[in-house]
Amino acid sequence: MNQLEFVNLTNPFKDKLFRLAKRLLVSTEEAEDATQEVLVKLWDKKQGLDKYNNVEAFAMTMTKNYCLDQLKSKRASNLQIVHNNFTDRTPLMQQQLEDSDSLSWVEKIINELPEQQRLIVQFRDVEQYEFEEIAKMMEMNETAVRVALSRARKTIREFMTKTHNYGIG
Amino acid sequence: MELDRIENLLEKYFEGETSIAEEKELKVYFSSGDVAQHLEQYKAIFGYFSEAKEQKFGQKVPLKTTKRNVAWLSIAASVVVLLGMFTFYNYNMNQNQDLGTYDDPQKAFEETQRALNLLSKNVNVGVQSMEYVNEYQESKELIFKN
Repeated sequence: MNQLEFVNLTNPFKDKLFRLAKRLLVSTEEAEDATQEVLVKLWDKKQGLDKYNNVEAFAMTMTKNYCLDQLKSKRASNLQIVHNNFTDRTPLMQQQLEDSDSLSWVEKIINELPEQQRLIVQFRDVEQYEFEEIAKMMEMNETAVRVALSRARKTIREFMTKTHNYGIG
Repeated sequence: MELDRIENLLEKYFEGETSIAEEKELKVYFSSGDVAQHLEQYKAIFGYFSEAKEQKFGQKVPLKTTKRNVAWLSIAASVVVLLGMFTFYNYNMNQNQDLGTYDDPQKAFEETQRALNLLSKNVNVGVQSMEYVNEYQESKELIFKN
């Protein structure tokens, strides 16, 4: 496989990898680094790529695992404190109320979900994968995926309804 | 689009039971201008999902082909070395091939004679310088006659 073939193979889904990385890592720079890393790894494995009938799903799984590893190693270091602050919702709610852009509220709410739910929302609501594919990428069964998705969507709804009502009141 | 249908879809949506097509329908409805007042709060959710899909990865990925490059580089280097050795030997061979032969027998004869003359002349010079050794021999014989 030469470079051109590889680029043609990865072009249709490289944006998806980036969005997935950004969903988990939040920071754009880190997401870019992660995407690069995954694509380079994929390039190193190019001889064996024919074995996988779905390279896209394989790359998505790789990105997911890579980002989760990144988060884990970050959490192991002193960035723990930063993350705790981030999940503390009280100051964030006030910030949200000041924020006029409701689309970025949604983003904030999604980024506060547990990682598993975040991933599933990203796979389903943003990238529109079928449940079967999501189940494979998440290494979960389809029912569990549906349950987690429903939970995530309801959490988002709850927050949006709250902020919406605040907005009216 | 009927409002009832949208409300039904929404309910299914939050239970995680909608299909991709139905979810697309919801996205289309909420991106349209007239969303029912009481569904207004969902607009941002579906709007965000559509917007989030627009993010692009704009960076170039440096794809290194180091492994192959090293192989080709070493092949190229060895070819250069071999060529160098080959031409060097060839050059030396050409130099050695001049053995000083002559095609014309007459000329060859003359040259040989000249060479032999030169040799004998030089040998004679050596012999002349040894003449005095004979003097010693004669005087010695004179003294030790007995």
